[in-house]
Amino acid sequence: MLRTLVRLATAAILACAPVAGPAMAQDAPAAEVTPGGALNMIVQPEPPMLIVGLNTQGPTLYVAGQIYQSLLTYDASLNPLPQLAKSWEVSEDGLTYTFSLQEGVKWHDGEPFTSADVVFAATEFLVDAHPRWRLIAEAYVESVTAPDDLTVVFKMKKPFSAFLYGFELSSFPIMPKHIYQGTDYRTNPANSTPIGTGPFKFKEWQRGSFIHLVRNEDYWKDGKPYLDELYFRVIPDAASRSIAFEQGTVDVLRGGDVEGFAIRTLTALPGVESTTAGWEYFSPQMFIQPNLRLEVFADRNIRKAMYHALDRDFIVNAIFFGQGKAARGPFSATTMFHDPDLQQYPFDMDLAKKLVAESGIDLSKHPIRLMGLPYGSTWDRLAEYVKQQLEELGFVVTIQAVDAGGWLQNIGSFNFDLAFNFLYQFGHPAQGVSRNYYSDNIVQGTHAGNNQAYANPEVDALFTKAADAVNQEDAAAAYTQVQEILAEDVPLLWTFDMQNTTIYRDKVKNLVRTAIGLNEPMDDVWIAK
Amino acid sequence: MLSFTLQRIGKAVVVIIGVIILNFLLIKLAPGDPAAILAGEAGSGDPQYLENLRAQFGLDRPVPVQLWNYLSGVLTGDLGFSYRNQVPVLSLILERLPATLLLTGAAFAFSLATGVLFGVMAARYRGSALDSIITTLALVFYATPLFWIALMSVLLFSINLGWLPPFDMETIGAGYTGWRRALDIAHHLILPAVTLGLFYTAVYTRLTRASMLEVMGLDFVKTARAKGVPNKRIIRRHVLRNAVLPVFTFASMQAGQLVGGAILTETVFAWPGIGRLMFDALMQRDYPVLLGVFLVTAIVVVIVNFIADLLYRIVDPRIGIA
Repeated sequence: MLRTLVRLATAAILACAPVAGPAMAQDAPAAEVTPGGALNMIVQPEPPMLIVGLNTQGPTLYVAGQIYQSLLTYDASLNPLPQLAKSWEVSEDGLTYTFSLQEGVKWHDGEPFTSADVVFAATEFLVDAHPRWRLIAEAYVESVTAPDDLTVVFKMKKPFSAFLYGFELSSFPIMPKHIYQGTDYRTNPANSTPIGTGPFKFKEWQRGSFIHLVRNEDYWKDGKPYLDELYFRVIPDAASRSIAFEQGTVDVLRGGDVEGFAIRTLTALPGVESTTAGWEYFSPQMFIQPNLRLEVFADRNIRKAMYHALDRDFIVNAIFFGQGKAARGPFSATTMFHDPDLQQYPFDMDLAKKLVAESGIDLSKHPIRLMGLPYGSTWDRLAEYVKQQLEELGFVVTIQAVDAGGWLQNIGSFNFDLAFNFLYQFGHPAQGVSRNYYSDNIVQGTHAGNNQAYANPEVDALFTKAADAVNQEDAAAAYTQVQEILAEDVPLLWTFDMQNTTIYRDKVKNLVRTAIGLNEPMDDVWIAK
Repeated sequence: MLSFTLQRIGKAVVVIIGVIILNFLLIKLAPGDPAAILAGEAGSGDPQYLENLRAQFGLDRPVPVQLWNYLSGVLTGDLGFSYRNQVPVLSLILERLPATLLLTGAAFAFSLATGVLFGVMAARYRGSALDSIITTLALVFYATPLFWIALMSVLLFSINLGWLPPFDMETIGAGYTGWRRALDIAHHLILPAVTLGLFYTAVYTRLTRASMLEVMGLDFVKTARAKGVPNKRIIRRHVLRNAVLPVFTFASMQAGQLVGGAILTETVFAWPGIGRLMFDALMQRDYPVLLGVFLVTAIVVVIVNFIADLLYRIVDPRIGIA
């Protein structure tokens, strides 16, 4: 199923690039696997560390995903798949989750991996250090116990319908108890030599140059991984990264490694394949965040007018080089429970102006600041476009220039009028969507809360009802209802579901297989000789 | 001489402490903090989590206390701990310093050698076609932005001609050792060092040429010529020796930038140097790393100035120590 999806996605892209057409036929059957070889990739930007329990930045996950593992992973439709957990069981009342672990798993230093490590991660390490697990553990988890070496039982305080969807690497990385227990995790000297259970072991990191991983000979899946070595190179300049792929120095480009305009050129090269799959779990969505504390944005009709004034297909196609899809609501199209039949706000400047006129507000009396995202020229173009559209509507807009630190500071202290933002939705609305709308999440000091100050008791109640549901049908009904209310209220202007294109040489096989894409252990990846 | 040295060291210590305090306060003025940036990159983080991070970093204490902790640490040789990388700052800096010194040192030697050579040739053959070519090229390289030269040279020498590697400091994964490795690094060094050095080559060329022409018109040169001293010897011993002072002054300024002056070049050529460490630390508000790099830069500037002051006496014996 997944392979089919990947192929369909590839085919869709290749259809626009006739030169690369024959590459499709070279997809060899599994029997012809040729083991060995080194896979060259780019890690951009260079991660600060590889201890995924302490840092869940994208580049950290990309490299550390080969070293560390979690209990589960997810297929492209977000169904759970086994990883360190062989199987799992959920009790009827939704209050007990029992995971059976794989047998014969060893840490890279030879120590056996057991249920004690999982309990340590769930009750100590991640409670201290992980931004998301901390909250889940506090709100829902009653106890985590290990009846024997290969079984872990999570007892819940109350049902949590998203619980099974938070066990991939970035949400629940399992750290070795024998190395970390009783130490200060952040300053543990072992942090410079990560020890995991994954298919590749840490060999060397020359800061500023490359990270080198080698095959784990004692990996718990027999005969795997196929590859001998992985190199993650640090190449800070985007043009140089394109050159590195063109010249064959690297075999894989992760989404974001090269500029949008380079993607079209590179995917058109012979012997090159690409896919947008492998980001379903993260489903990043970009939105424009109006500060509802301002009188002008508190008016719902003005927000609707602003939404109508933006041509979001133009934004995706002309500004972001087609790397995305216009958003159709608060849930990204690849997030669970996404409702495809919501009220839409197509680009219609006349309608937008009519809505403003009806509201009776003189927009020119409300000058606003627009804070873009400091991630390069593409985002600058977006800010210019939004400014132009809003000025046509009657606003007076000044663009606020910030760097990443300044952006976070302003968003976190509510010092903004209209801001660009994007967040991962982590597959499930309870993990990555509801946090933007809960009225008790209007808190300073984070960029990922309800910073716009939207308060609707009905929305609060529905999100809670869905999260606490025992069965998925109840959750689905509540999520559909909440999407309808949000689509009518437009507290955020959901702009587009972001896509990331993975580009790779066609000799690299089985690269993207799950919803976490390149963060998945590459134990099935091989290079055709 | 001894009292001069002691006096200069005393001044240097005051300057460096001043630099630390000033930098510390300037950094605190920048909006945002490392905890927020870490959470921002992870795509999540509630306020309590951020508070915990800040407490671990010591950012919850008053600024004067933070400053005092840092200063007393530096005086005992402890540059602190990087918030992001979770490694001691000193080891981060020492790991990256050799690459930068190699690059900037090579660029320095290249620009000084070629600049003086071209300047002398242009002055010697003033008004000739050679002079025009040299001065035109010097003007072009003086006026062209560094990054553009870098990109164009990659395009020409790496992509079209395939002579030189476009980035990296050595062939990754080749496992060379000894001389083979040195050669490999030298091969990778050519493009970034030349790119970085070209601007100064242009400066030295123009300075040398102007200064030579000025000295050539002086009476003692005429006297030497009248005495029948060979032309080559006049250029080398009489003219160049007297014309080199402005070049030396400028070279000591370039030498002051040995540590911090190569950010762009390091970025374009993926050179694992300290400039990139500094730039990343700035964007990520990794204060201890940033302060550490500033400190090393300040120390290098102070040392270079000191050496330059001593060398002035050798270059021009008329200058005394004051």
